[in-house]
Amino acid sequence: MAWVTDRSRPARSLGFGGGAWIAASLLVAGLVLIPVLALLWQAAQGSEGLWSHLAQHVLPHALGQTAILMGGVGVLTAVIGTSAAWLVTAHDFPGRRVLEWALLLPLAVPTYIVAYAYLDLLHPLGPFQTLVRAVLGYDSPRQFRLPDIRSMTGAILLLSLVLYPYVYLPTRAMFMTQAANLVEVARTLGTSRRQVFGRVALPLARPAIAVGVSLALMETLNDIGASEFLGVRSLTISVYTTWVTRSDLPGAAQIALAMLLLVVALVSLERWARRRQRYSVSGQRARSFAREPLPRAQGLAALALGFLPVFFGFLLPALYLAAEAWKRFQFAGLSDRLLAEARNTFVLSALATVAVLACGLVVAYAARVFPQKGMQLVHRAASIGYAMPGTILALGILIASAGLDRWIGQAAGALFGVDPGLVLIGSGLALGYAYLARFLAISIGSVEAGLTRIPRSYDQSARTLGQGVTGMLRHVHLPLSRPALAAAGLLVFVDCMKELPATLLLRPLNFETLATHLYGEAARGTYEEAAIAAWAIVLVGILPVILLARVGPGASRG
Amino acid sequence: MSASQPAFLDLEGVSRRFGDRVVLSDVTLAIPPGRITCLLGESGCGKSTLLRIISGVDRPDGGRIRMSGAEIVGPDRFVQPESRRIGFMFQDYALFPHLSVAENLAFGLRHLPKAAQRDRVAEVVARIGIAHLIDRYPHSLSGGEQQRVALARALAPQPAILLMDEPFSNLDQGLRERVRRETLATLRRIGTTAIIVTHDPQEALAVGDLIVLMRGGRIEQVGTPFEIYDRPASPYAAEFMGPCNRLTGIFSRGRIETPIGTFPADLDLPDGALALACIRPQALSIGPDGHGISARVMAKTFMGESEQIDIMVHPLAETLRMHSHVRIPMAVGEKVSLQLNGAEIHVFADDGLGANGRGTNPRETID
Amino acid sequence: MKADTTIMRAMLAGAAIFTGAGVSAQELNLYTSREPGLVEPLLQAFTEDTGIKVNTVFLKDGLVERLASEGESSPADVLMAVDAGNLVDLVERGLTQPVESEALTAAIPENLRDPGNQWFPLSMRARVVYAAKDLELDSITYEDLADPEWKGRICIRSGQHPYNTALFSAFMTHHDAAATEEWLTGLKANLARKAGGGDRDGAKDILGGICDIAIANSYYVGLMRSGKGGDEQKAWGEAIKVILPTFEDGGTHVNVSGAAVAKNAPNRDEAVRLLEFLVSDEAQKIYGEANYEYPVKAGAAIDPIIASFGELKVDPLPLTEIVKNRKQVSELVDRVGFDN
Repeated sequence: MAWVTDRSRPARSLGFGGGAWIAASLLVAGLVLIPVLALLWQAAQGSEGLWSHLAQHVLPHALGQTAILMGGVGVLTAVIGTSAAWLVTAHDFPGRRVLEWALLLPLAVPTYIVAYAYLDLLHPLGPFQTLVRAVLGYDSPRQFRLPDIRSMTGAILLLSLVLYPYVYLPTRAMFMTQAANLVEVARTLGTSRRQVFGRVALPLARPAIAVGVSLALMETLNDIGASEFLGVRSLTISVYTTWVTRSDLPGAAQIALAMLLLVVALVSLERWARRRQRYSVSGQRARSFAREPLPRAQGLAALALGFLPVFFGFLLPALYLAAEAWKRFQFAGLSDRLLAEARNTFVLSALATVAVLACGLVVAYAARVFPQKGMQLVHRAASIGYAMPGTILALGILIASAGLDRWIGQAAGALFGVDPGLVLIGSGLALGYAYLARFLAISIGSVEAGLTRIPRSYDQSARTLGQGVTGMLRHVHLPLSRPALAAAGLLVFVDCMKELPATLLLRPLNFETLATHLYGEAARGTYEEAAIAAWAIVLVGILPVILLARVGPGASRG
Repeated sequence: MSASQPAFLDLEGVSRRFGDRVVLSDVTLAIPPGRITCLLGESGCGKSTLLRIISGVDRPDGGRIRMSGAEIVGPDRFVQPESRRIGFMFQDYALFPHLSVAENLAFGLRHLPKAAQRDRVAEVVARIGIAHLIDRYPHSLSGGEQQRVALARALAPQPAILLMDEPFSNLDQGLRERVRRETLATLRRIGTTAIIVTHDPQEALAVGDLIVLMRGGRIEQVGTPFEIYDRPASPYAAEFMGPCNRLTGIFSRGRIETPIGTFPADLDLPDGALALACIRPQALSIGPDGHGISARVMAKTFMGESEQIDIMVHPLAETLRMHSHVRIPMAVGEKVSLQLNGAEIHVFADDGLGANGRGTNPRETID
Repeated sequence: MKADTTIMRAMLAGAAIFTGAGVSAQELNLYTSREPGLVEPLLQAFTEDTGIKVNTVFLKDGLVERLASEGESSPADVLMAVDAGNLVDLVERGLTQPVESEALTAAIPENLRDPGNQWFPLSMRARVVYAAKDLELDSITYEDLADPEWKGRICIRSGQHPYNTALFSAFMTHHDAAATEEWLTGLKANLARKAGGGDRDGAKDILGGICDIAIANSYYVGLMRSGKGGDEQKAWGEAIKVILPTFEDGGTHVNVSGAAVAKNAPNRDEAVRLLEFLVSDEAQKIYGEANYEYPVKAGAAIDPIIASFGELKVDPLPLTEIVKNRKQVSELVDRVGFDN
């Protein structure tokens, strides 16, 4: 990537530098779009009678279930995420600082692990119901048991408890950087402390909540494991069934693309609904407003309340996993492969994160420097991979990577007379490609959020001081958006580490990660063997979450 | 308290700390009703914090505040900001980005029936002259328009006191003058009690009925603009309000003796004590050599309506600065004689900062 | 951005290491949709015996797509799958090649073999009924499971899971589409909870008082009762008894795991050696002992836990016929809302 690294070239030749940025941005977007196009091509192969079957027997139920699931998770993550953010930004109470980052911890736990943990914890044979029976004096679950967690309600609750940080994170940042003066002016205009939340903070946080909820919903759409465990037949499961049980990849691609359209429509609708409001960022004085010190009893109550999502979304399942992992460790010892798998997971995720971040930076930065309509389009296109169920996108990437591999093979054969084999798939580069296609949206979004905080006047002064587009990035934007980049990097890292369908489909021979190990055991029902791997995933995931809390916007403030 | 009756405030021993830093220390102050009071001081002097405490968005660590005689802040009492009938206008205007101008204006009127809200908005819109902006959203307004909307919003609920934090500092020079004039006219017409925070002494002199000069979390001096300017209570006040030439001298029997003359000084000092004279540049004038104290022109700076001249007087180590509104024919290096106009000379007990007082002159750091 | 070049270098270095695999002739590459935990003991034994190193990648559902996409460049030699349907898919997509081997044809009974010798079954499992220990039930037919007497008493995993679609396909092969739909409707009405989870959850839920019987695979009982999964699972396994159900006019439904040689296998000879090894007495014993499966080889030992279920009377319908109904059955499952 000479256009980024070249130090010797005088930076003021704006024309070339700019062109390179646009080209790079187009290249990234193109790479991400190839798998989607591959799926379009698959979908166009046609699937006989699929839609009439779907319309008659699947869609009525699956659409309803999907709508209820998405609606439930959307509302609940918005409620938990926003109120948690308000709790820690508007109030002061003992333990608030710890709570502030602890609320992010559920990010470390994949949904399927949480679902599994709860299934076991709340099973009639599990510790909770055993305790309840002991208290009530029953000695067999045949005499008394509580309602089954395997239900729509259970699925909504569990997914929301794990996904709310996607809302909490941007909403808290919004409250911390934008709300101070507005909240205070509202108070002087006759709004009480309680009313401020509804009348000012909530409408103000709406874009942040919308972004967070849409991320949470995309994760929900992507989820198969937890839905499977909990017996929810969403559209995603239909995609999966169509592909696996009926060996109908074109059909699966068609449903997935239809879902993509739905997501795009929903996101556009939300944007349209607030088209007239713009949240101009005042570059000056991002002051956090005076936190309301709570009296002792109320403070403890606030701590307890704020601790609930941490407890149910992280602590309880994590402790359960730790206990299971310990049991397993005593029973069977530590598999020597686990260490190698943890290393693979870490190195792969770290490398992929750097690549995803760099590409995200290219696209977001090019869109800022060249704010034409076309670049906005490129920018949207580059984010598309996140809006598709991962299983199907993985197939698109497989088709794309294999196609590229064939092309590279032919080129190498023609030029050098050697057959390099499968360069992308064989080397694991295809995995990096998959993570890029899937998680670029997160990287672009976070980097963009960081860049918008930098006033335009900085660009102009940098340019008049002789910096080209690239020099300006290095000397102005990169240093200033470091916290945003770090946040993006950590989110991407955690997501790469948890990613399953693409990793499973595209990894080279003899290469296991913690997630694929876990799946290998879960697939044959030997969950207990997977306990240590699951615990390791959570452990590897906690570290970046804590780091994220430290570098996040305003994290260092008191 | 009737809706339009302007209120007065009594602050008593108000203190505020942020961690180890004392921001306000034992501030006692009376704000008169129906007048415009300026809180003046350099940045970090505590003026904005005081404003926030009066509004109720911040709490003092100690002290009392009474509003028209009724306690609103005290050891056992804290009236929430929404119940104080005190309006607040922020430096960055803090318009709600998700609401149109009309909705912003109606924000503080929720307690009224819809029709009354509409009437009140129409009234304030007409008064401030922003009827054409009513359907716009904040991001599409210019700085001056935002300022007027923010003013209108703060005035709409007919507050008993209006607080304004640097209300004109976000506007550029030409616009600032006009908006300030209009704003003042509006405030005077309504007759409300207003407290304006500013760091600009010229603005304070032009705007305030009363000026409260603050320094390091304490009140340095309170007075009318004339009192503050003509009778500064300290060298700091004198220098903050305008440039000064500092001369150290010896106090003796009601007079201060300096190298360039002896001036009357009503100071409670023992004879022989060090004292300080602050001489405004306009107190000095020069004429041809031989009619006063002998001096020499060291530099001349033409400033349009006046000319700034630095002159050296034996045996002073530093030059004296003077302003002249008439053309001075003398060239740099020429010998002249110096005359003094006693009314523009302020005398103080010595503040220990030496003849020059350098580094303490707040004007240098602010301009 | 120096980091970029460093990454590129690291990735290229990584590429060299990864693609290095599979070059030597004393290696072979295995793509498997069978879980690694089940395959590894066999591969270890194979490597010990022959010195041939096996590189594996566990692919689950994407096996067919990965292989098809890689095309002629694919390094895959042996393809292993958990389900006859998956093996037939591989054949239908033209991803396998026929193997003529005395050892294979001699070891595997004809009724289980693919007539074209494109793939070979290696182990068997039965789709059985777990019943609460104190339930008075000694025998049952698959048809009985739709009887209203079982209303609210049956646990089963998703109707779209290959284990179940294979069973339902077998039902359809015995009866017809209309009868299958009716049967599925009845079975659905008898479920104690939503269809879902895994086979072992059936045993767990019986102990947990949620259901009286569950439909599940035979080998899970071995895994549970042997204590390999810990004490809790032992308790689940011991809370149930196993009944080998039959079709009214047939035997117990079985499915097979199997393997094939990939069409473009670079190491074909080694691949065939692995297949032959897998039907050897040594390997068939591992299938029985480590995985609690039924060996395909006649006369190979069955684990005592599995043997305690009674004699397995394998349904005589050929698997290759049964799997043809999979797609239609899957649509029927949707149609009756089995998983809803």
